[in-house]
Amino acid sequence: MSERFHDVAVTVNGEKVRERVDARKTLVDFLREDLALTGSHVGCEHGVCGACSVRVDGVVVRGCLMLAVQCDGARVDTIEGVADSAEITDLQQAFVARNALQCGYCTPGMLLTAQELLARGGIPSREQIRAHLSGNYCRCTGYQAIVDAVEAVAQARSGAKR
Amino acid sequence: MKPAPFAYAKARSVAHAIELLATEDARLLAGGQSLIATLNMRLSEPALLVDINGIGELDRVTLQNAHVEIGALVRYAQAERSAEIARAAPLIALALPHIGHPAIRNRGTVGGSLAFADPAAELPACMIALDGEIDVVGPKGQRTVKANDFFAGLFETALGAQDVLTAIRVPAAAADIRVGFAEFARRHGDYAMVGLAACARVAGKRLADVRLAYFGVGATAVRARKAEAVLADGDVEAAVSALAGDLDPPDDIHASGAVKMHLAGVLLRRVAQQLGRAPS
Repeated sequence: MSERFHDVAVTVNGEKVRERVDARKTLVDFLREDLALTGSHVGCEHGVCGACSVRVDGVVVRGCLMLAVQCDGARVDTIEGVADSAEITDLQQAFVARNALQCGYCTPGMLLTAQELLARGGIPSREQIRAHLSGNYCRCTGYQAIVDAVEAVAQARSGAKR
Repeated sequence: MKPAPFAYAKARSVAHAIELLATEDARLLAGGQSLIATLNMRLSEPALLVDINGIGELDRVTLQNAHVEIGALVRYAQAERSAEIARAAPLIALALPHIGHPAIRNRGTVGGSLAFADPAAELPACMIALDGEIDVVGPKGQRTVKANDFFAGLFETALGAQDVLTAIRVPAAAADIRVGFAEFARRHGDYAMVGLAACARVAGKRLADVRLAYFGVGATAVRARKAEAVLADGDVEAAVSALAGDLDPPDDIHASGAVKMHLAGVLLRRVAQQLGRAPS
């Protein structure tokens, strides 16, 4: 069926959602405008800045480089979901403790991207942390405090496991 | 910006995709990491997007007949985790971490990189360096195109409007094969200002079948054939000098042609070391 409007069924933060979407609507616009989940931010809209990062079927993707219509049947997790589930509470606290944010525009994307790296386990090097966060722009902090926070959480989680 | 309106259809099979692509101004959607950006910027306004993401069988990596075959829908992140690619296609394994950022690699596909044919992209250069092949299925059936014949110009390939790129194939690396890869980008994961993918065979004290594929220096990835011949004899500095006869990079927003030429030489020295040739 080659149509402009499609019905999609998406599991967003664990909740089943059914909506009719315009094919041209990006995933991040769908989340923000149709579902009022405004924690995912719109920055460059061409995949450079990472502010729109969300998880689709368990992996972090650019919300501006995927269409909502492509998410039919998918599981989408946003910053609201991973914050509410307490999956990243320690990471959020580390960001606050180390002042790893100022304006906060990049923070949801930073947290989701950092969590993807941390979920692999072990303690990544600062270079590995920087490489993993390379696709997420922060224009306030100079990244140092962000890398500090991610590193501290990796160490704490690793220690907690022992 | 937001994309202009378009219709959308999910292809159930390659044959179905070909059928859908008969619509005027239809575009094939794979990972979408370049296409959707161009839609957002309205650099591209197709009438119909044909989404091939649901098609099974295009996302496999297989080793057969001394070749590694990578399905068009294999995502970069999946390729990075592939033991077959790490072992039998070490040049591609070296290049993968340089492609975009983790979130881009979670979504972007091997086939998409080749079909889009960005002149600064890593995989087209790897395919040229490895003398790889590209499988294409179109309305008249299946055909195989050598990488050398595939890239026709800036964002231009041998693909017709109704063609679907289904897989790529490179020779599995034998014990005497050496590969090298290096690039300069302003930020890790950005498109390269200049990059180099290389492959060679060790033949005693010499290198044979040296293939140096530069990217970011012209409309397509280009082989530096004069430098290849010189490098085979082992003189790295002479090979760097020979690049002047191989490359003529135009100025772009990243750097002047002269800077790119300089960087091309620096990359050749680094890659020569990876190929087992110390700078003299």
